[in-house]
Amino acid sequence: MDAQVDTQAHDLLSRVGDIELTMLLEAIYLRYHQDFRGYARASLKRRIAQSLYKFGCPTISRLQERLLHEPTTFTEFLRFITVQVSEMFRDPSFFRSMREVVIPHLATYPSVKIWVAGCSSGEEAYSYAILLKEEGLLDRTIIYATDISSQNLEQAQAGVYAQERIAQFTQNYQRAGGRSSFSDYYAAAYGAATLDRSLKAKLVFSDHSLSTDSVFTEVQLVSCRNVLIYFGDALQDRAIGLFRESLCRKGFLGLGSRETLRFAADAAAFIDVVRAERIYQKC
Amino acid sequence: MLNEANAHCVVVIGASAGGVEALGEILPRLAGDLSIVAVVHLPPDKPSLLTSIFSPRCSLQVKEAEDKEPISSGTIYFAPPDYHVLIEENLHLALSLDEPVHHSRPSIDVLFHSAVDALGVNAKAVLLTGANRDGAAGLAAINAAGGITIVQHPAHALAPEMPSAALSMCRPTHVLPIDAIAALIGQFPQPRRDAR
Repeated sequence: MDAQVDTQAHDLLSRVGDIELTMLLEAIYLRYHQDFRGYARASLKRRIAQSLYKFGCPTISRLQERLLHEPTTFTEFLRFITVQVSEMFRDPSFFRSMREVVIPHLATYPSVKIWVAGCSSGEEAYSYAILLKEEGLLDRTIIYATDISSQNLEQAQAGVYAQERIAQFTQNYQRAGGRSSFSDYYAAAYGAATLDRSLKAKLVFSDHSLSTDSVFTEVQLVSCRNVLIYFGDALQDRAIGLFRESLCRKGFLGLGSRETLRFAADAAAFIDVVRAERIYQKC
Repeated sequence: MLNEANAHCVVVIGASAGGVEALGEILPRLAGDLSIVAVVHLPPDKPSLLTSIFSPRCSLQVKEAEDKEPISSGTIYFAPPDYHVLIEENLHLALSLDEPVHHSRPSIDVLFHSAVDALGVNAKAVLLTGANRDGAAGLAAINAAGGITIVQHPAHALAPEMPSAALSMCRPTHVLPIDAIAALIGQFPQPRRDAR
């Protein structure tokens, strides 16, 4: 983000205040049933302020008018607000713990279901697919990867990433205890890396909102990393309630490395499994 | 459990190159019920040593900020590496993985701008040594909102660019050498426990 634009955007938003923002979120909910009203306000304000520049709107009211009347602009806006630049095997020690601590439990089930909530462009979901493949579980696993943005889901479904990101992915993969060579999992051409078809076969990408939708299946592992940081307290409680409901008894929950259940309403329903990695188990 | 902080006893601090030394002149001298939220520019891919450096030297509790953590009085919070830290209006901390600002995550501007919204006229910000422009705009915003702004005197800073950038954007409440900054923060009003 250009720092100059960022500063100007913030000053603009400060001047117009909270009223327009509140009305914008209400309008988006009424028109598209996408509910940002429970998002953590400070970060959301920054992103909305930046989107004014992206869409060339001098005020939030102007942005609201465009979003209400132009569904294609809203699709673009939704992606802008929700996109999360992640990495495959982000925080390698997290995936190492998954491999060493959680996978042996999952291996005791005849079939395995995993829910990657807020999958953005798919990096985390594919990381699980590789992990499970190497541990011999992928054939009997389904990974549900959900997001609210159809554009994010399309990109995730494609499984194509810029070649320059592969070095980072490879390094993370090795640090996460990868058993093979990361180059086994993609084909490179024209500056892009396309992930292997065998990984996609067990991935189901679908539209799901932690704000407005309910539980869709029972799973043994929920992974929701760096999504809850964008939620306000009540919405975080709702999301964790969904995870609790979706998880089988003794099912696992993995969060981002700086997220915690400590301040959540359902904290008592989970115990720490790998405390440092924010891996929990439902009681 | 410590008291939750109130807005007038939260101080936000930003520092970059030379920041650990500068903070070493300030943080160990603080006591009482102040709450400090600090951004120090660090490499994103290494665990931060800030808490282990400052914990043994400070009488205030020292920790890395966690998401949705209520700001407690008598505590120093450092932004974790590779996350922005923001203050919400309910005086809880929030983290974000939004793009770096001034090539920095955590960014001082992000913290300072959130302090304007959350604390308004009660915001108190300190900008220390550094070799870039992060924090200047945020400090100016706090200044414009009527908060107290303190900039380390560039002539006394190991890296003068960051304080100079702030001085080029606004006239802060105080421009001081590091000793005087520590003394001034120590005089900030503190919450009265009996008022709760």
